[in-house]
Amino acid sequence: MSATDSIQPGQPIRLKILRQVCPNSAPYWEEFVVTYQANMNVVSALMEIEAKPVNAEGKETTPVAYDAACLEEVCGSCTMVINGRARQSCSTLIRDLKQPITLQPLRKFPVLRDLVVDRAEMFQRLTQVKAWVPIDGTFALGPGPKMSEKVRALAYEFSRCMTCGCCLDACPQVNKRSSFMGPSAVGQVYLFNSHPTGAELAEDRLDELSKPGGIAECGNAQNCEKACPKKIPLTDALAHLGRRTTVHAIKKLLEQ
Amino acid sequence: MATTTSSSNNIIVIGGGLGGLMSTIRAVEAGLDVDLFSLVPARRSHSVCAQGGINAAKNLRGEGDSPAKHFDESVYGGDFLANQPLVKDMAEAAPHLVDLLDRMGVMFNRTSEGFLDFRRFGGTLFHRTAFSGATTGQQMIYSLDEQVRHWESLGRVRMHEFWEMLDLVIDEEGTCRGIIAQDLRTMAIESFRSDVVVLATGGLGMIFGRSTNSTICTGAAGARAHLCGARYANPEFIQVHPTAIPGADKLRLMSESARGEGGRVWVPKDPKDARVAKDIPESARWYFLEERYPTYGNLVPRDIASREIFKVCSESRGIAGQRMVYLDLTHISVEDLNNRLGGILDIYEKFVGEDPRRVPMKVFPAVHYSMGGLWVDYVKDAETGGVLKGHPRNHMTNIPGLYAVGEADYQYHGANRLGANSLLSCLYGGTLVGPSTAAYLTGLKRRCDDVPSSLYQAKVERQKQRERELLARDGKDNPYVIWRELGESMTLNATVVRDNAQLAKTEEKVIELQQRLRKAAIPDKGGYRNQALTFTRGLEDMMVLARTIVYAATLRDECRGSHYKPKFELPPVDSDDPAVHSQQVQTWCKAFKVNTERWLKTTVADFTGVDARPKIDYQPVDTSLIPPRPRTYGLKGAKKVEEAWAKMSRADAAAK
Ligand SMILES: Cc1cc2nc3c(=O)[nH]c(=O)nc-3n(C[C@H](O)[C@H](O)[C@H](O)COP(=O)(O)OP(=O)(O)OC[C@H]3O[C@@H](n4cnc5c(N)ncnc54)[C@H](O)[C@@H]3O)c2cc1C
Ligand code: SF4
Ligand code: SF4
Ligand code: FES
Repeated sequence: MSATDSIQPGQPIRLKILRQVCPNSAPYWEEFVVTYQANMNVVSALMEIEAKPVNAEGKETTPVAYDAACLEEVCGSCTMVINGRARQSCSTLIRDLKQPITLQPLRKFPVLRDLVVDRAEMFQRLTQVKAWVPIDGTFALGPGPKMSEKVRALAYEFSRCMTCGCCLDACPQVNKRSSFMGPSAVGQVYLFNSHPTGAELAEDRLDELSKPGGIAECGNAQNCEKACPKKIPLTDALAHLGRRTTVHAIKKLLEQ
Repeated sequence: MATTTSSSNNIIVIGGGLGGLMSTIRAVEAGLDVDLFSLVPARRSHSVCAQGGINAAKNLRGEGDSPAKHFDESVYGGDFLANQPLVKDMAEAAPHLVDLLDRMGVMFNRTSEGFLDFRRFGGTLFHRTAFSGATTGQQMIYSLDEQVRHWESLGRVRMHEFWEMLDLVIDEEGTCRGIIAQDLRTMAIESFRSDVVVLATGGLGMIFGRSTNSTICTGAAGARAHLCGARYANPEFIQVHPTAIPGADKLRLMSESARGEGGRVWVPKDPKDARVAKDIPESARWYFLEERYPTYGNLVPRDIASREIFKVCSESRGIAGQRMVYLDLTHISVEDLNNRLGGILDIYEKFVGEDPRRVPMKVFPAVHYSMGGLWVDYVKDAETGGVLKGHPRNHMTNIPGLYAVGEADYQYHGANRLGANSLLSCLYGGTLVGPSTAAYLTGLKRRCDDVPSSLYQAKVERQKQRERELLARDGKDNPYVIWRELGESMTLNATVVRDNAQLAKTEEKVIELQQRLRKAAIPDKGGYRNQALTFTRGLEDMMVLARTIVYAATLRDECRGSHYKPKFELPPVDSDDPAVHSQQVQTWCKAFKVNTERWLKTTVADFTGVDARPKIDYQPVDTSLIPPRPRTYGLKGAKKVEEAWAKMSRADAAAK
């Protein structure tokens, strides 16, 4: 991995960035050179460009637009395609990358500007699959259901999904021609169906997974799990829910 | 055009962090509809960063913990500067709030029998902190966001994500009637009517340049309310967290939970010791916190730990003489570490490239939290000594209809916040805000629909004018560079150790930067998602708060919690001669009494103009439930002081 292990503070690094002025304009590449600092990440390089918005040809330009907030790989904002792979620009270190480093916006979402995309669809999917625990209210109603640490530990894996979109970027089945909801929403179904109270809505969620755009669209390529920065066991969830959805569909048929 | 909301029943909440989400849920439960605005999708708010956990005295370990002890320790930890009725009720509500989160599906760690597990945190000797691995804030904000998403699907909440509040609309009577906000994609500026606006806009770490905060924690929203006349309280109380990982873009937090799980802070006894950490034997390590504070050890409160680390490093006793100390977890089993601290250890490994399970981490203090914030009121319940629930004034600023909650307000934490109390205060504050706003609306005669649209239009026009003026600037300075200079100056002189001469220089520096910024050209004139414009406008407003912080710090000539001015320390108690020592103790106690009378007060700042110092007043603090006492944390030899003070207080009480 360490493509440029020997890079020293003070040395120049080269970036090629795919830019776009607004949602309707044509994308174009622009190159930048910034000075390396110890432990530098990709976001820091973008910050350097903000402070000195000059491209590799020495021409003044606009700072590159990008999303970021937590800077510690927990909010999901700063996700972009770095050297061909979707990942967080805050936790990607320059010294691990081949140069010139290419930065592109995520490929499965509408581009708003430069590296900023609109991931609203991911949030709509959460509404679609009822990704919540139906509680009676927030008043003092006593403790939650008891849960074994083992069940909890597995559910915890899924509860760390930061709606970043890496898995969608990597999934061949998420594309302009399909309406596939993508692996992260399926992971959330797994999470909420494994919670004792969340399971109240399990059938509704399986209904959503049975619809067009649901789990049947998954081609089992397993790219998603490899792409997930949180190593969420998405393929297990897909396999498990695939079976559950089939059983659910048969049950519904018999009930008719 | 004013986008009219169904005003009779509608409130605006600015902020999708824990404070804003909890306020939203409680307001909906109280029958209101909510328009929620946030710079980013709610679940990407800064609350997602919280690692360590949330306090609740559930006493599941049979240690004898109780809400009363939680209350006492929070007040003591905050050096008595917090209004006690709110803290008392917060501590009492905590066990139920953790139950609520559990019901909502927060995946808290559990014991083998399936009960909630608790860990230790700073400033307490009890296992009181519920946690979800090392990503507690993430789990909490997701659960609340999911509840709000549910309400959204039922049409009770409207989300305005990627919208920035630019200004408040205040009518001629001085009542808040809505906001002016900008769509951060299209850059359209619009007004929104409402009789209630709740500011849940979080902290202000960006004023200090690099900190442990997210990049969106600018404090600009609070500054904007302050510019509109909202009072700002205790600005000088800024928490510096003892353990962060230095980085070029951010000083990433290494949570207190690392010490809660047994992490130890040390430096080599000989700063020139060139061996790698694991080759340095116990006998050659200096565990300075454990040595000075035998009772609390590594878990003294943050202000004290930061000060001690600063001191060690300024005496060139840090690792290799540098400004760094070791935070060591290597004596704990890898399995326990992964299960209980996995998230933060991954962060360290990712960003530093060393495995903290095997190699001690290198850390240094960093700006972390603002105890101060918008001044908000509460009404006391004479019967319980707590808060009168459902009163419209709870969490209301001095502007009728404008509320503040979460890190954006100043209550609960006094002069120093205890770890894992912030998530709690955000939630608890939210539970108060919902019903208070509902009660306020019920009693309100004139409604925002009666306010002429011309007022809203004029306010929108003013923001558009400001934008044109910002974009027309053509000087050579770059706003991002000015921001870095601001951060450097503030961090150097307005954090752990303060001195009036240095503060005066910082004030001058801020004024200089403020003037330079007025000429600095924004490097982007684009009309779509113009981040440089958003950044520069925010920075201009941050400057106002920076000045307020510095000025309030200058005026407060004492040491209290996070605010430490060596020139105003109480006289020393350090003699080895017993007679001299007891004399020193008496002198100390007298000085403590005088200082308490003079300075145990809330600082309240009124805005007087962008180029002027704020007007500062001091208000009494409600200490009716727990009388102030010396804050020693079992420092070696402090017992005598505590005894003498107790005796003196008893004598005083008897005399009355
Ligand atoms: C690294 C880290 C770890 C922490 N760990 C813990 C812990 O373990 N336990 C604990 O108790 N506390 C912890 N804290 C503190 C705690 O996380 C915060 O104090 C708390 O989350 C603040 O929540 P909030 O709701 O007030 O604000 P935030 O979560 O910061 O949310 C602010 C919201 O306001 C919005 N906003 C701001 N300005 C505007 C504007 N102008 N227009 C529109 N929207 C706006 C933002 O988009 C955001 O949604 C930690 C803090 C840090 C930095
Ligand atoms: S396993 Fe399914 S969801 Fe995952 S990448 Fe492959 S097709 Fe996409
Ligand atoms: S499942 Fe993983 S890759 Fe997909 S959105 Fe969640 S965190 Fe990102
Ligand atoms: S900025 Fe939050 S994940 Fe990178």
